[in-house]
Amino acid sequence: MGSLKPADAHATDEGFFVTQLDWLVNWGRKNSMWPMPLGLSCCGIELMAMIGPKFDIARFGAEAARFSPRQCDVMIVAGTLTWKMAEAARLIYDQMPDPKWVVAMGVCSSSGGMYDSYSVVQGIDMILPVDVYVPGCPPRPDAVIDALMKLQKKIERERPFQLLLQGDVVGEYDQGTKRFLRAPNHAVPTTRSHEVLPPEGNPRSKA
Amino acid sequence: MSATAPERAGAPATSGSSGTAARVAAALAGVPHTLVHPADGMVSLEIETAAVNEVMSRLRDRAGFDSNTFVTAVDRFPDEPRFIVLWQFLSTTHNDRVRVQTRVPGDAPHVPTITHLWIGTAYFERECYDMFGIRFDGHAGLKRLLMPDGYEHHPLRKDFPHQGIEPDRLYREWDNRRRERSPLRTESQT
Repeated sequence: MGSLKPADAHATDEGFFVTQLDWLVNWGRKNSMWPMPLGLSCCGIELMAMIGPKFDIARFGAEAARFSPRQCDVMIVAGTLTWKMAEAARLIYDQMPDPKWVVAMGVCSSSGGMYDSYSVVQGIDMILPVDVYVPGCPPRPDAVIDALMKLQKKIERERPFQLLLQGDVVGEYDQGTKRFLRAPNHAVPTTRSHEVLPPEGNPRSKA
Repeated sequence: MSATAPERAGAPATSGSSGTAARVAAALAGVPHTLVHPADGMVSLEIETAAVNEVMSRLRDRAGFDSNTFVTAVDRFPDEPRFIVLWQFLSTTHNDRVRVQTRVPGDAPHVPTITHLWIGTAYFERECYDMFGIRFDGHAGLKRLLMPDGYEHHPLRKDFPHQGIEPDRLYREWDNRRRERSPLRTESQT
């Protein structure tokens, strides 16, 4: 498995001040990723093992699993997401404060897995922007720890202050309500997201 | 657990299905029913849909079947009559079971409810309605049990594709309503 590029590979034509601020902010973010444990099926058991003392994701600053989305940074969707549960999952994601990330743990949440079924979401990227996919049924805690470390590297590559100084990227700002429509680091929806894929392009949308 | 099950007072020791069949036949004397012989050897009756209430109340009160273990249906699509509705009952005093079935047509299938005899049957009938679309007349709250409210299909019918028909429709409608209410939450405005 190839590793992601290190952080300094991108630090070419940026100023010292901004890059150092980015580094500082990213250092803080990546070492305090509080997970939102959305344990939906058997993957939740592996998630508990991962949080527990044996695998101990406290080593990565991610041990503080909060059951309130208001206090979470990374949402770990562990298990089979049904369409009936999808509304709740999306609400939980929306209630998490920015910056936030999503890990699809297990094949069910990554692609629907063996549930090629009318009731199961065929990959949570149909409703959420996913940062890291973890294969396995269920994946071992090691694999999810690997996903957390990959997510840390992904956070290292983010440029929150550069985006802030550019202004345009942050420009999705609603003057009426004085709120950001989109956080600077907000993940981009994947091509499977319904905003990108037209409804008639979805093979599941046949009448 | 002890090696031998404790004897219940007044419970006749039934062995095999012959005792069960005789007890059921005695309880249903005068009510038209047909004995069918499924491969698993369980005592099974086929009855008319109109006789459901009479048969069930006699099974409960005279034959001692005090527990309804499940209600389900069989879809014989495209044959007619399309559905077989199945009830299975357990007697906790005689330690035996009986199965009752009736055939209903595929066009607007409905059978009488038995929730006035076993209140717990309400869940089974809701599930059967949810999965097969069989209505139980007289059920006080016949709504979907597993699938969300507003779902239009009955997934265990044979003519339902296993990948579903627009499985994301309800979610998309909810999502669109939410976005109209609060456009702040959309993550992709570009």
